[in-house]
Amino acid sequence: MNQQSATNPSGRIAAQNHFRTLRLGTPFQPRIDALARTRDWYNWAGYRAPHSLWDEELEYFAIRSQAALFDISPMTKYRIEGPDAEALLNRVTLHDVTKLKPGRVHYTAWCDDEGFVLDDGTLFRLSPTRFRLCSQERHLPWLLDSAVGFDVIVEEETEAVAGLALQGPTSFAVLRDAGFAGVERLKIFDLADFPHDGGTISISRTGFTGDLGYELFVPAGKALSLWDRLMTSGELRGIRAIGYTALNRARLEAGLIVANADFTTAEHAIRADRLRMPDEIGLGFMIDLEKGHFNGRRAILEARAKRKLRHVLVGLEIEGNIPAEHAIVYHKKAQEVGLVSAAMWSPMAKRNIAIASLARPYGDTMVEDLWVEIYAMRELQYQKLMKRAKVVARPFIKLDRRTANPPADF
Amino acid sequence: MTSFDAIVVGGGHNGLVAAATLAKAGRKVLLLEAGSKVGGAARTEEFAPGFRVSSVAHLLNRLHPDVVKTLELEKHGLRVARADFMPSVALSKDGAPLVLDGTYGEVLTGASSSEQCAWKELRAQLLRYAGILKPFLSRRPPDLAGMSLLEAASLGQTALALKKLGKEDMRDFLRVLLMNVADLLDEQLADIRLKGLLAFDATLGSHLGPRSPTSLLGLYYRLAGEAGGTAGAQVLPQGGMGAVVATIRASAEKAGVEIRTSAPVAKIIVEKGRAVGVALDNGEVLRANTIVSAINPATTFLDLVGPREIDTGFVRKVKNIRMKGDAAKLNLALDRSPQFTDVDAAGHKGRLVIAPSPDHVERAFNPSKYGEFSPEPVMEITLPSLADPSLAPAGACVLSAVVQYAPYALKEGWDAGKPKFLKAIMAQLESHAPGIGKSVVHTELLTPADIETRYRMPGGHWHHGELQADQMLVSRPVSGWSGYDTPLEGLFLAGAGSHPGGGVSGAPGLNAARRIIAIKG
Repeated sequence: MNQQSATNPSGRIAAQNHFRTLRLGTPFQPRIDALARTRDWYNWAGYRAPHSLWDEELEYFAIRSQAALFDISPMTKYRIEGPDAEALLNRVTLHDVTKLKPGRVHYTAWCDDEGFVLDDGTLFRLSPTRFRLCSQERHLPWLLDSAVGFDVIVEEETEAVAGLALQGPTSFAVLRDAGFAGVERLKIFDLADFPHDGGTISISRTGFTGDLGYELFVPAGKALSLWDRLMTSGELRGIRAIGYTALNRARLEAGLIVANADFTTAEHAIRADRLRMPDEIGLGFMIDLEKGHFNGRRAILEARAKRKLRHVLVGLEIEGNIPAEHAIVYHKKAQEVGLVSAAMWSPMAKRNIAIASLARPYGDTMVEDLWVEIYAMRELQYQKLMKRAKVVARPFIKLDRRTANPPADF
Repeated sequence: MTSFDAIVVGGGHNGLVAAATLAKAGRKVLLLEAGSKVGGAARTEEFAPGFRVSSVAHLLNRLHPDVVKTLELEKHGLRVARADFMPSVALSKDGAPLVLDGTYGEVLTGASSSEQCAWKELRAQLLRYAGILKPFLSRRPPDLAGMSLLEAASLGQTALALKKLGKEDMRDFLRVLLMNVADLLDEQLADIRLKGLLAFDATLGSHLGPRSPTSLLGLYYRLAGEAGGTAGAQVLPQGGMGAVVATIRASAEKAGVEIRTSAPVAKIIVEKGRAVGVALDNGEVLRANTIVSAINPATTFLDLVGPREIDTGFVRKVKNIRMKGDAAKLNLALDRSPQFTDVDAAGHKGRLVIAPSPDHVERAFNPSKYGEFSPEPVMEITLPSLADPSLAPAGACVLSAVVQYAPYALKEGWDAGKPKFLKAIMAQLESHAPGIGKSVVHTELLTPADIETRYRMPGGHWHHGELQADQMLVSRPVSGWSGYDTPLEGLFLAGAGSHPGGGVSGAPGLNAARRIIAIKG
C-alpha cells in the first residue's frame, strides 16, 4: 500500500506498460524479424519465437547438411554459485554432480518429494563453484527453497544471458572461421570461454539435434554482434537461421524428449495419473542411489521396490511412412496401451519413427503385437490405418560427426 | 560400548513417556537431555531463594489416562484425587467474581438463575462435543493414504459416536465445530464474566482472539483433556509440575531407560536415507536403530538432520509451521499471601482468571497481531504455595501466572518491552489484589523469547507449533507426516509438535512409542 502511493503516477503508468508487448522479443529479435518471411510465431515461455522462418523442410535440412542457427534465449537459465553450489545441485538433481567436472555439461532432471519429474534440463559447470542450469519451465521458488541451509546464490539469468544453438555438419568450421581459436579442442559436452566483442562468451559442444553442434551463451548486450559474426563467417558454409519445427524433427531423430510434450511436468499436471517418475520417461539412467540424498530419492526407491512404476517411454518404429502423431497405441489391435507423443518420417533414418508412452507391462516386458492407429486425413475423410509398431532403441539416428574428434571440417 | 535399540532426543515429559513406553516393551533405551535436568517446560524450579514454582506449565488437566496406566505412574507417586480439583474464578473489577466449582463449573456460583440454566446446558454440550473429538485428539491420526483396518474401525467408532448424538445434536456439532468461541457464547450466555473466562480458556496458548475463526477448537482441546478420570478437571500438582515429571522419570528408570542430562545432541546422523545415530555437541557418536526426536520438529529437521538429507517440499512444509508463542509466564515471590477482592479462601486456592469479558480478551489480542503486547493483559493466576507450603518460605507465597498476549516477535524487542509489559501486568494484578505490588520480593517474567532460550522451544511456543485447525490432526506437524514417522527411516517424532499437541498430556510420546512398537514389532 505504502509503496503504491509513494510511486509517482507517471512512473507507475510507465511500469504498467509491459502489457503492451504481448510477446517479448529476445536480444536477437531484430535479426530474426528481418529473416522471418513466414511470420509463423509461437509463444515460448513468453517470448515470440519462430515455428519457421522461411521453409521448415529446408530449415530441417540446414541442420543436417549445413549449419543451422537457432535462438535459445527464451530457455530458462539460472546461475547457481557459491561454495555449496555443487552440494545443492546434487541434492536437487538426479545425476551425481560431484562427477561433473568444471568445463563439462550434463543432461539431468529433477523431482519433487514424491519422485515426480519437475523438469529436465542441462547443467553447465562453469567453474568449481559456478553452474548454469537450463530448463523448459521456471523453477526459481523451488530452487530458492531448496537452497535453505546451503551457502549459495540462486539467480535467474534468462533475460541477462542470450543463447544460440549452432548445429549441423559445418558448425565447427563456422566457429573456427569466426575466429574462436581453440574451439576444435571441445569434445562432446565440453564447454569453454571465448573472447567476443570485448567480452566473454561460453561455447559448449552440446545441442538438441544429435548432430555436430554447439551452444553459445552471450551477455544480452553482445548478442547482435555475435549473430553477425556467425552469419558472416558462415555465409559460404550455408548457415541458416531456423525455427522450432525443424529443430523438433532433429530432436526426435536424436530420440530426445521435450518436457510438456512427451511428458507432463509435475507442477503442470492437474490429473493425478499424468505425473511421471524418471523411470517412466526413460530417465531412470540418471538416478544415482549411491551419491547421497536427493529430492525424491525415498519415493523413487519405494516405487521401484513396490513396483509402482506404471508407465514407460519407448521409441517406436512404425510400418509405412505416415507419421503417427498422437496416435493411440494398441496391443493386439484391440487393447489401448498408450499414446504417441511425437512422430515423423525420418529422412535420415529412412524410417517412420515415434516416441510413445505405454502402460506397463506393455513396452517394458510385453513388446510384441503392438499397433498404432493413425488417422490420415484424405480429402475430408479420415482413413484409419492400423500399423504395426516395433519397440526400438533411441536415438533413431547416430551420427559419427556428433562426437568425432577433432570435429570434421565440412 | 553399550549399544541401544533406541535413542530418545529430548527429556521433556513426552520424551520421558516415549522412552519409558519403549523400555517397557523391552527396548534398550537411551534418553539424551540437553539441559541439566529433565522435564523441559514441565519442571519445578527455584526462582528465588526458598521459592519454587512450576516453571512454565503449572496446571495438570490433560495427562492422558493411558500414560498413567501404561507407565504405572500412581505406583511411582502420582496422586490426583477429586478433592484436589480446583475451581476457576472469573475475577471482575466491578463486583463479585464468578466461581466455577468442581470439574469445569459443575456448580456455578455468583450468576443469575437463568444464566445457571444456560450454563448447565452449554457445559453439557461442550463436554459432549469434546467427547466426540477426544479419540481424535488422543490417538494417532488416521493415515489417509493407507488406512489400516484397525484405523478404519476406530474412525468408524467415532462416526458411530456422532450418530449416537442424534440428528439435531450431530448437525449442531458440525455447525459449531469451526466457529469462533465468542459467537457461540453470545448465542447461549449472557454473563460477560463467564463468557470472558471461556473466551480466555479457548484462546490460551494460541495466536487467536475469541473472535478469530476456529477459536472454539481451543476450548474443545482443553475439555478433551481430563484429570483424575474426569473431563475438564484441573489440579495443581503437589510439588509442582516437576513432581509429575519425576513420577514419569521414575517409571522410565524402573523400566531401564538410561538418562543422560547435559548431553545436547548436535546432529542426527543419516546414512542413505536412514537415521542411524546421533552426534553430541562434544563429538561423541551414539548409534541406534531407532531415533526418537521428542524436541521441536523444526529444530529436528532444519538443525539436527539438516535440509540436505530431506526433500525440498518437506523443508518447505517444516519451515511453514507457525510457532510464534503469544503467552508469557509470570512467577512472583511474595512475602505474604495476596488478597484478591471478594474472593474467598477456597477461591484463592483455585485458578483466578482475569478476563472480564470476551471484548476485553479480543482487545488484548488485537495489538499482538501487530507485534505489540496487550496494554491490559489477560491471565490465569494460581497461588500454588497455599496448597503446598513446601514451595515457599513460611508465611510467604508463590504466584504463578500465564499471561497473554505477549507476541514472540515484539516490534520494539523484548529487552525494551519487558519492563513495560511487566508494569502492565502488575497494574492488572494490583486492581484485583490491592497491595500485591508491595509484597513482591522477586519477579521472574518469562516472555516467549525467554522461554525459547531457556527451554529450547523455538518461538517460545509451548505447543511447538500453533494449535489451530490447519496444524492439527493429519496436518500436524506437517501434512503427509502426521503419524510420528518421518521421511527418514528410523527417525520418529514424539514431541508436542506432533499430534495431538502440547500441554502435559504425554500423548504424543505415548503414541509415537506405540507406533514404533507397532511397525517394528
